[in-house]
Amino acid sequence: MSAHPPLFEVRDLRVAFGPGGILGEAVRGISLHVDHGEVLGIVGESGSGKSVGMLAALGLHPEGATVSGSVRFKGRELVGLPRRELRALRGSRIAMIFQDPLSSLNPVMTVGDQIAEAVRLHNRDLSRKAALDRARDLLALVAIPQPDRRLRQYPHEFSGGMRQRVMIAMAVANDPDLLIADEPTTALDVTVQAQIMEVLADLKARLKIGLILITHDLGVLAGHADRVAVVYAGQVVEQAGVDDLFARPGHPYTRGLIASIPDMTRMDDRLFSIEGTPPALGRLPQGCAFHPRCTVAQEICRHRAPQTVQSGSHAAACHFAFQTARGAA
Amino acid sequence: MTQPPILSVRNLAKRFPIKGGLLVERDIGQVNAVAGVSFDLAAGETLGLVGESGCGKSTLGRCILRLIEPTEGQTLVHGQDINTLPAPEMRMLRRKMQLVFQDPYASLHPRMTVAENIAEPLRISDLDPAARKRRVAEMLALVRLNPEHGDRYPHALSGGQRQRVVIARALALRPDLLVLDEPVSALDVSVQAGVLNLLKDIQRDFGTAFLFIAHDLSVVQHISNRVAVMYLGKIVEIADKRQLYAAPLHPYTQALMSAVPLADPPRERARARIVLKGDVPSPINPPSGCPFRTRCPIAQPVCAEKEPLLADHAAGHAVACHFPSARTTGLAAAG
Amino acid sequence: MTTAPALRMIRPRWLTLPLILGLLLVLFWLLATVAAPVMTAHDPLDMVGRRLQPPSWDHLLGTDALGRDVFSRTLHGARHSIPIAVAVVILAVAIGATLGALAGFLGGFADTVIMRLVDVTLSFPPMLLAMAVAASLGPGLWNAAIAMVIVWWPVYARLMRAQVLEVREREHVEAAIASGATQTRVLTRHILPLCWTPVLISATMDLGQVILLAASLSFIGLGATPPTPEWGSMISDGAAQFYSWWVALGPGLAILTIVLGFNFIGDGLHDYFDPRSR
Repeated sequence: MSAHPPLFEVRDLRVAFGPGGILGEAVRGISLHVDHGEVLGIVGESGSGKSVGMLAALGLHPEGATVSGSVRFKGRELVGLPRRELRALRGSRIAMIFQDPLSSLNPVMTVGDQIAEAVRLHNRDLSRKAALDRARDLLALVAIPQPDRRLRQYPHEFSGGMRQRVMIAMAVANDPDLLIADEPTTALDVTVQAQIMEVLADLKARLKIGLILITHDLGVLAGHADRVAVVYAGQVVEQAGVDDLFARPGHPYTRGLIASIPDMTRMDDRLFSIEGTPPALGRLPQGCAFHPRCTVAQEICRHRAPQTVQSGSHAAACHFAFQTARGAA
Repeated sequence: MTQPPILSVRNLAKRFPIKGGLLVERDIGQVNAVAGVSFDLAAGETLGLVGESGCGKSTLGRCILRLIEPTEGQTLVHGQDINTLPAPEMRMLRRKMQLVFQDPYASLHPRMTVAENIAEPLRISDLDPAARKRRVAEMLALVRLNPEHGDRYPHALSGGQRQRVVIARALALRPDLLVLDEPVSALDVSVQAGVLNLLKDIQRDFGTAFLFIAHDLSVVQHISNRVAVMYLGKIVEIADKRQLYAAPLHPYTQALMSAVPLADPPRERARARIVLKGDVPSPINPPSGCPFRTRCPIAQPVCAEKEPLLADHAAGHAVACHFPSARTTGLAAAG
Repeated sequence: MTTAPALRMIRPRWLTLPLILGLLLVLFWLLATVAAPVMTAHDPLDMVGRRLQPPSWDHLLGTDALGRDVFSRTLHGARHSIPIAVAVVILAVAIGATLGALAGFLGGFADTVIMRLVDVTLSFPPMLLAMAVAASLGPGLWNAAIAMVIVWWPVYARLMRAQVLEVREREHVEAAIASGATQTRVLTRHILPLCWTPVLISATMDLGQVILLAASLSFIGLGATPPTPEWGSMISDGAAQFYSWWVALGPGLAILTIVLGFNFIGDGLHDYFDPRSR
């Protein structure tokens, strides 16, 4: 247990939509933390609130959303921080990369100019030539071959995986302390996915940045995350070290997610699949939010929301946490 | 095989001209999207076709259905070459061959209800309106959607539900052949399993042949009988499922398998990954000899001189490589 | 802790103040088109008062050089300008959108022919072309209408063609083709329904522009013939009576408010169809 505050700490984050929050809460009290050189994986289905939560933490939430709770970066509170100061942090100390690199890049600027722009945004006295030199170094850092030639090319001349590397290069241009990657590999082939994860792992080791990986694919986190937070219906339902999570999942949802990963070592006749769909905004079931889809739900689950149960550094929010499930694979 | 295959593809190729030139527009090059593909597909069988983006698998799927006109080659459906059919007969033949698209939102008409979307292909059938309504209801039930979903619009449905609608629409005409172009790639992992189970049940109940196109070997494993691997417009390995997953012969197949993550962190971290060098070469100017040699970990001089042809290595297992070797991937089939 | 939504209405994002204002203005003029005789006390064509009288309670906008009531003439002017504008736009859209859709969908020779026709027509300054056609057809508001249709259809052809070209590439169109739909069905059921929104918005704003063009033509004498109370010719008369400022004020305000009204509605329509405003 370290004495100094974690690099990035979220406590009871809540994000509500609509005036006065009448449309519902997309994020209902998420708490997590990341340290330097650590990789936190946040996993959940589409609509679980995982992306909205991280965007809101950086002040990137849409208009009309109300954010409450605490988000501390190096001890400094971000919720309620004036826009100007948040902007100074984003892109320099905290960086974010998104799912679709094609729409995140400007199609009419060369890649070199875009990276140089990202650099000069937070280093105003840097000359254009110096910024381009830095851009070249960054392209080499993310293992793009022939960086001199690539600097002068446009985004459409890059493949999907290359573009994502360019995004990563832009993100680490100003030596951030924290990098948040929102579904960075979802739009990519599985081979390219492996390459991108290697790039991120390499950067994490070299630059000692904290990395938050948001994804719907637990498999991606198996080889690269240190800790994992499982999000369902706007809450963290399980949090643990990655080995522990896979070996002894405490929450039925986590068990379901693990079982859904296609396993090439087994020739199954039927794949395991979690029945049903996540609840829509503002239409949460009574009691435990997961109970309608849970294979081991009991009467109590229908009426009372579960508390978080701790088992060492492993936490799960279930009335029957850590009990071997009957039925779930 | 006692019956003739339902689909036979022979030397199918598709080249896209690249136009350029300063004053006069002329062809300055060609993209060899599909560079000579041949395979058979039996009735009720699933052939998984795996490859990375840009290998030509989507183009191949569309060429087979003549949504893109192939440059050369034959596509034999029930023994008849459909590439020479005139338009009206081709239209009628579409009743027997359908496509399931990758993007469930883009492939549904946004201003038509789910029921209307599913009913659209029935216009070329000889069903009367009452029979069409029944068929739509049947299809909705088949893909495990509620009848109320029929009255909703696509934007009101989740990704998994939309994909079920796309499948229902493709099956409305009871086709013999279904080409599925990355049907689950746009869905969350937890939703993919449900759709894959559904597809397998449908095949069992209707006997439809599937050509299942994907970029991920783990996705096709559950549903395929045979699997083919594609690279730069050509098939480099094709085999019975169990053989391929137990002992793949082509270095590219081995690399693809190595890329799929294991749901076991200690093993995953300790795993020796086969990392391919460089980037996929451009299909405009493919490398001489074997197209994979620029990234192959075991490339030899002969690979640059002579192109390896797809040849049988063992019964039912063909490879296009000068040095096929069964490197075990540690993913031996247990059952 | 209640989960029931509040009873207070949430104003949709596209319902802005300019849109409401635009709707009110256009509504007023539509009313004038239909009920001008009821709304005005004097006959627009008769000499009902002394010449060039400034605004008074009897004559809200005064009288013109022939002693006619300006207010009356202004309101009655709507009965000429607005139907003409609507007719011109509808006809121009019908011709232009059809040709544009065919050009975009069929491509090849049809596309080339139609687009060259569009290019030729658009290469003339619209005002000059309208003047030339109107002059050769002779005076009269309906002849001016024909001239305006000829000037205006290429705009919609271009717009529709661009939309069709874009929608044509969408996957659901490919799905329709894969399902065996005929070319006609693909165009009418799968492509066109998604193409008409920009055309609608453009047409709404163009209603104002057509009124302006008609007024311009009448201003120079091609178009409305005296004594028809058309706004353009009224302004022309008013320009000759410069010190009697009220003569041009009525028609000037009319054109200003109705063009503004249509523009606001056009903007509102654009916001309404914008998926981000939902």
